[in-house]
Amino acid sequence: MDTLLQATDVRRSFPRVGGEDLLVLDGVNLSLNEGEIVGLLGRSGSGKSTFLRLIAGLAQPQGGHLDYMGAPINGPASGIAMVFQSFALFPWLTVLENVQLGLEALGLPDKKIRKRALAAIDLIGLDGYESAYPRELSGGMRQRVGFARALVVHPNILLMDEPFSALDVLTAENLRTDLIELWQNKKLPIKSILLVTHNIEEAVQMCDRALLFSSNPGRVTTEIKIDLPHPRDRSDPRFEDYVDRIYVEMTARKVERQRTVQAIDVIPDAPISPVSSNSIAGLIEALANPQYDGKADLPDIAYDVQLEIDELFPIAEALQMLRLADLEGGDLKLTHMGKRFADADTNERKEIVNRALMNNVPFAAHIRRVLDERSNHTAPRRRFIDELEDKMSEDAADETLRAMISWARFAELFSYDDESETFSLENPT
Amino acid sequence: MKLFPPVSIETRRLLPRSWDLLAGIFVLGAIIFCAEASREVIQPLSSLARHPVSLDPANLPNYAFRTALRMLVALAFSLIFTFTYATWAAKSKRAGMLLVPLLDILQSIPILGFLSVTLVFFLSLAPGRILGAEFAAIFLIFTSQAWNMAFSFYQSLRTVPIELDEAGRTFGMSGWSRFWQIEVPFGMPQLIWNMMMSMSGAWFMLVASEAFTVGNTSITLPGIGSYIAAAVQAKSLTAIFWAIGAMLVVIVIFDQLLFRPLVAWADRFRIDAEPGDEEAESWALKMYRRSRLIDAIGTPFDILMRRSYKIAPPKSKTQIVTKSIIPPWLAVGLWYAILVVFGAYVVWRVTSFVGAALGFSDVVGAFLRGMATLTRVIVLIALASLIWVPVGIYVGLRPHLTRVVQPIAQFLAAFPANLVFPVAVSLILLWNANPDIWLSPLMVLGTQWYILFNVIAGASALPREMRDAAANFQVKGWLWWKKVGIPAVMPYYVTGAITASGGSWNAAIVAEVASWGNRTLHAYGLGAYIFDATVAGDFHRIVLGIFVMSFFVVVVNRLFWRPLYWYAERKFKMT
Repeated sequence: MDTLLQATDVRRSFPRVGGEDLLVLDGVNLSLNEGEIVGLLGRSGSGKSTFLRLIAGLAQPQGGHLDYMGAPINGPASGIAMVFQSFALFPWLTVLENVQLGLEALGLPDKKIRKRALAAIDLIGLDGYESAYPRELSGGMRQRVGFARALVVHPNILLMDEPFSALDVLTAENLRTDLIELWQNKKLPIKSILLVTHNIEEAVQMCDRALLFSSNPGRVTTEIKIDLPHPRDRSDPRFEDYVDRIYVEMTARKVERQRTVQAIDVIPDAPISPVSSNSIAGLIEALANPQYDGKADLPDIAYDVQLEIDELFPIAEALQMLRLADLEGGDLKLTHMGKRFADADTNERKEIVNRALMNNVPFAAHIRRVLDERSNHTAPRRRFIDELEDKMSEDAADETLRAMISWARFAELFSYDDESETFSLENPT
Repeated sequence: MKLFPPVSIETRRLLPRSWDLLAGIFVLGAIIFCAEASREVIQPLSSLARHPVSLDPANLPNYAFRTALRMLVALAFSLIFTFTYATWAAKSKRAGMLLVPLLDILQSIPILGFLSVTLVFFLSLAPGRILGAEFAAIFLIFTSQAWNMAFSFYQSLRTVPIELDEAGRTFGMSGWSRFWQIEVPFGMPQLIWNMMMSMSGAWFMLVASEAFTVGNTSITLPGIGSYIAAAVQAKSLTAIFWAIGAMLVVIVIFDQLLFRPLVAWADRFRIDAEPGDEEAESWALKMYRRSRLIDAIGTPFDILMRRSYKIAPPKSKTQIVTKSIIPPWLAVGLWYAILVVFGAYVVWRVTSFVGAALGFSDVVGAFLRGMATLTRVIVLIALASLIWVPVGIYVGLRPHLTRVVQPIAQFLAAFPANLVFPVAVSLILLWNANPDIWLSPLMVLGTQWYILFNVIAGASALPREMRDAAANFQVKGWLWWKKVGIPAVMPYYVTGAITASGGSWNAAIVAEVASWGNRTLHAYGLGAYIFDATVAGDFHRIVLGIFVMSFFVVVVNRLFWRPLYWYAERKFKMT
């Protein structure tokens, strides 16, 4: 089997205002062989899209090697075509013109351009829509144009950046099965596919290999071979096993990270997502439902509350941090406090979260202590953001502080005035 | 249950903060200058002649303040006009039928047109005092600010999301309270952007609004505009540079103390804002917010406004059951009939007024001059587009360049044509060039930047994934410009070109007549025609000139720009 793409120790960072660079990718290794579909799985913000842009030649790595067919990639290569999450069609060009654009750039004769474009449109099921403008099409049809535009240049590698995530569930499923069918029947003029996604089921359904991507900095941590014949059936127990396995792998790393957060130092090692108190309460209530009785399999509860992993994880993480639930082996289990929370009324809930923040979230307790100690019981935002920025990027620090503010507001632990950017113990009346 | 400890922090409220010191200095300075200015404006008009504008740069701070004050007062009136006129036009369908086209026409009337017909009225408001002339100057500045602000607010009012309005109604908010708490905030970001453009327009027309001659009445009010006029008269290059410097300082102060805080403040009203979007920052806004002094000044107004929201209109039962005896089609028909009759009456009055002194050949002459100016506008807008569209796209795709270029272009848009007269006149005389051709560039001097602004905005709005797609499919060179770059900025470009073309017509009155010392150059065109008629006090020609200019502007807008705008909007707009 020929290796089409080889990434060795790829590193990429972004400059930051007044600070050291933010490392997004570090030591990323990957090889893509002819005839396979590889999925890159990770949470949003883990750098997987950045990695895809490096492969597409839209940005350059700052370290390591990135070789396509044995030669380093410096700039967009004609054998690598990309399908975008937001479709990225040109609204002023018709379907046919959008598809032809890549061929025109190759400088082919007009006749050939037209023939190939029509063939691609035909293949992807867009017959009759040639003269329509993108705005006249539904999301699913637009993404089909995105596929046709990429396939028409007969690339060796098809890169897909969350291509189905902007579509509704039915449309996405329909497009996925169509694509897999064409791939299985060897009708696609491509040699291999690299798919970026945060949807575990999607990865299990489509890929031959799933590579799990960690964040901060992003790198490939685990490889899971998915050895199932196509077409794959979601209700097949082996399918479910794969989904479970990936869930466990991904949460296992989460838990590991969580442990380090509980260090004595008040500054968290990793950013905390500002999950709303409504989401926290919602997930606890779902877990407390009789059908789960306080303990649920992550895929099940995700399906039940209709969240995808990168939406569910931050909430589960927040529950874990507040010690309202435990995350173990792909299960989410309510603690004693969590169960009390589920039965409590609004004021008791506030009190529970208040105590949880003081006991289990050192940084929130730290803010409260600073406010208590100061004679005027106020402190500027800078006071805390600077502390956070010692350890994390500007955005991450901002996010973490927003999480603290949001939870503290719910728990009435302290208050924050956005206009004057000050924390205080003042309860506005 | 209250989890906060009972901590009293009220005592701290009364203590000033360091921001108060800064704010205090500003407030005090403004009061002193205002007192000075008000002492001067009640002097008799004749004192203007006794104290002519001096080119001594020591006078510039005072002149600059007088100019700034006039602009601010005019801006305040423009806001009042915007809130009333635009609201009326948007709320009443029938009024809108008349008010919107009227705004189109008002926008097309050059500044001197307003001057000649209103000067006597304003002077009579404060007979024999400078104040009357100040009124006239402020009104002139107002005419170069108000129209686009009103248009922008009218557009916003028409596009207020229906949910917001319905939410307001469900909460039983009165029309007054909905206006201030829903409609004005919604239109704010757009309105502030237009206020900035208006300011540039006011600077561009500054000389014409501070130093003017109508027939036998010549008035020169102390200010930067008059200073420039005097410098041009005296052929003093040093004074020209001083004027540029003073202008720059005032523009920077306006930017820092007024517009930047406004932009940062209005950020919260952006309905499409997403968390994580870059927030506009302003130190002055921080000062306004954190200063107790300014807080204290603002609080009474705040309380008054809040009270006023609660005054519910008397609930009239008839409102619900109102059923007119006249069927709606008849009402609309009647309204149309009134408009037509009124329009015909105005046309008849204008024709009879003009016809009393002028013959058919004069009308043809004015039209021919209009054609000459039209040709200039078309050629220059085309040339400006050829230059600024590629530059704008190039700059807009590079955020670091955009940050540098935008303020520079903003300053250049405010640059009065009179400041370039020395260069233009000297060069034309030196090369013995034809003023009919070589004076023309002055017309787009201030307006071409609107093309650049808008194209930059369009290019920077091009989604990253679309740029990535073009790069990924190796769309480069001419193919890129043809299929990606130019179409992407099309709707923005057309908006900019409409503004630029309308502005160029207005600029004709200062661009087709240029003087440097005792040399005055004339170009054949409608702008020079109106200018000369104003100086001569020939009201018949002034009215004819204005009428022809409005006609040209409105016809060009309706037949060319509007269809082009709708086409660009439909075909090229990102969805």
